Amino acid sequence: MIPELGHFSLIIALALAITQGVLPIWGATQGNRVLMGLARPVAVGQFLFVGLAFASLAYSFVTSDFSVQYVAENSNSHLPVYYRFAALWGGHEGSILLWTMLLATWTLAVAQFSKHLPQDMVARVLGVMGLISVGFLTFMLLVSDPFQRLLPAPADGRDLNPLLQDPGMVIHPPMLYMGYVGFSVAFSFALSALIGGQLDATWARWSRPWTTVAWVFLTLGIALGSGWAYYEMGWGGWWFWDPVENASFMPWLAGTALIHSLAVTEKRGAFKSWTVLLAIGAFSLSLLGTFLVRSGVLTSVHAFVTDPRRGLFILVFLLVVIGLSLVLYAWRAPKVGLGGSFDLVSRESFLLSNNVLLSAAAATVLLGTLYPLIYQAWTHGARKLSVGPPYFDAVFIPLMVPMIILLGMGPIARWKQISVGEIMRRVRWPAAISIALGVLAPFAMGKWTPMIALGLTLAFWIMTTVVVDLRRRMVRDGKVKGQSRSYYGMQLAHFGVAVFILGVTLVKGYETERDVRMNPEDTVAVAGYTFRFDGVRQVRGPNYTAQQGRLVVLKGDKTVAQLYPEKRDFDSSPMPMTEAAINSGLFRDLYVSLGDPIGDGTGAWAVRVYYKPFVDWIWGGCVLMALGGILALSDRRYRIHIRKKQAGMESPAGNAVPAGDSPALVHRSKAA
Amino acid sequence: MTPRQKKVSIFVGIVVVAAGLVAWLVVKALNQNGGINFAYTPSEVFDKKAPLGRSFRIGGLVTDHSLKRDKGGLTVHFQLTDTVRSIPVVFTGPLPDLFKEGKGAVVDGTLESDGVFHATEVLAKHNEVYQAPEVKDSLKRAQAEKAAAATAITSSAK
Repeated sequence: MIPELGHFSLIIALALAITQGVLPIWGATQGNRVLMGLARPVAVGQFLFVGLAFASLAYSFVTSDFSVQYVAENSNSHLPVYYRFAALWGGHEGSILLWTMLLATWTLAVAQFSKHLPQDMVARVLGVMGLISVGFLTFMLLVSDPFQRLLPAPADGRDLNPLLQDPGMVIHPPMLYMGYVGFSVAFSFALSALIGGQLDATWARWSRPWTTVAWVFLTLGIALGSGWAYYEMGWGGWWFWDPVENASFMPWLAGTALIHSLAVTEKRGAFKSWTVLLAIGAFSLSLLGTFLVRSGVLTSVHAFVTDPRRGLFILVFLLVVIGLSLVLYAWRAPKVGLGGSFDLVSRESFLLSNNVLLSAAAATVLLGTLYPLIYQAWTHGARKLSVGPPYFDAVFIPLMVPMIILLGMGPIARWKQISVGEIMRRVRWPAAISIALGVLAPFAMGKWTPMIALGLTLAFWIMTTVVVDLRRRMVRDGKVKGQSRSYYGMQLAHFGVAVFILGVTLVKGYETERDVRMNPEDTVAVAGYTFRFDGVRQVRGPNYTAQQGRLVVLKGDKTVAQLYPEKRDFDSSPMPMTEAAINSGLFRDLYVSLGDPIGDGTGAWAVRVYYKPFVDWIWGGCVLMALGGILALSDRRYRIHIRKKQAGMESPAGNAVPAGDSPALVHRSKAA
Repeated sequence: MTPRQKKVSIFVGIVVVAAGLVAWLVVKALNQNGGINFAYTPSEVFDKKAPLGRSFRIGGLVTDHSLKRDKGGLTVHFQLTDTVRSIPVVFTGPLPDLFKEGKGAVVDGTLESDGVFHATEVLAKHNEVYQAPEVKDSLKRAQAEKAAAATAITSSAK
């Protein structure tokens, strides 16, 4: 009964989504206030029914209703309840439902927090979001129904993939999807600006906080995924350039370009058409990412063959969304105008260059990810191929080096123009200090390579330019002058990039990875630590039996840690799982995992013993970036909106923005 | 040219040069060793169709009773087959959880002049249902060739 209720809710939600996608947009073109006014209540209704469908599926999972095929394929009655719930997004159908659920949530949030916007704008934005939802709901109802019954019902489910039975599963996918789906808001704002022909900077101002929220979620989602892979995959890597990872990284790159471009468009009125294009790009990559990962197109082209209708729908949907928005863009963008002018050496051009570099990086990752598909289509499946990490490293690093150099100079440069001499004067100390430290520090650490020196120099470069800029702006005539939170947020996020680079550089440069064969009582020395293997015993978990190894880590005579890596055999699945054991520290991780038993009767095992210096700084840097975003969101001008709304004041759009940010001031173009 | 046009043309020039640089970077990155790994079947490797000294991958089944381990170390030897031909593979390191004789595996590495494939990475399938496309492809082609060879024999016998 409950699954049918869920299915029925999806149908009603589809009807509401169609209403939301058609009538308000039509009303906006006709100036019909009644039709425009429909947008909000219908969006609330759609949220309620998608929510009901989501709750129904969650109920089927938690109560282990294996007559639902999707539940039977992805859950098992022995699973702990939190994994039974998280198993909802353990497969294709449920992931799409989660996506739709989050889209409805974002739509509700936009409906709720847009009281200060003009009615036609709100009608168009919610309308576009409704149309996206129509696509997803139709997809589920036609070819990807999560409520499909399976009769007769099996006695037990096939179980959630053991790899996914981890706390990461509960939090990582929703976070990532919040980011993906969040870019739909910027996309909808951009499209509604194109439809309405209001291509001044106002849409940028309104969509900016939403984009930042989405970016924060995506940043944390990717960091969580990377951390999860690090301890779950059992080989201590944190990024593999796997198609699935790339699928989340491409929208992040485009989204990062977008939040910077939005800032310029809002403050200076420049790059208006470029920003619209980025908003379309970021969301298109999110869509592509969702479908690429979930449809299995990338791991195997045969996913299209197993369910050709699904593949066809995805292809058509992507073509419609991307194609229509690009056509709309080509039609409307020429009317946008050039916006504020700026010199070749100015903050605008630094930001624009970085936008181009980030977009180029996204494009090269896209090429590497899709290359096997393109090649196979081109040669009619003559030979399979894969694009390896060497490709991605070789294109990504050269693009990121100039990006980071410009990252340090952007905040220091003035808007509109700055002389080359002036910028050189402002960055000479950061440049000197970072190069000196970057080149000398590796000697002190015992190993010098060009890559370590380069990485350290770039990290120190960001740190020193952040400090120099903070000082330059805040200390005037011996007095401390406070800055806006959005400024602090930016600097914190940039500092996070530096911490991230430090982590990557140091772990790549100084890690020790030893794969060794260990008999009980054997010891191995790694990076000044002695690891003693005490053998393996059997332990019982909630739904698995594990071979649990014990390794004692000694430094000199002192015991530093006892590590218990496991090899788990799940009751319901023939697939064993490696569970690494990690002793984390601020400056290093000690990482051990069990390989395979040698099986010669001596109790010997293949053991991975890794020393990973500064590895946690990688995720620490991501967290700082996300915190920077949150700090920027708490800026005064956004809080003013809320306070005004609470006071019941209907404020005309734009009044809440400090006068200095008004694009009107920058439209005077300067003759160079 | 007005100053604005001049600036725009300088900027366009920079963008064109940058795009050229990126394109060069991409081509170079794809062509380096390990950039693109083509998949070959054990039969193709046996027929010397695979490149020597350049990395590629082979998909196939691990031949039964072929897994041997060196004494004292982590070096393993096994054969990878598409049911027609087998290729000897050597690898040093822990094997993945789902690596088993008779099951599918994909190996990345280079073919040395001794005819042994030196694997730098061994991949086993992710779960019970999933079979790596490289493995599927190898088996399918071997079957097709067997069938073709069988028809050839029968027709020549006539």
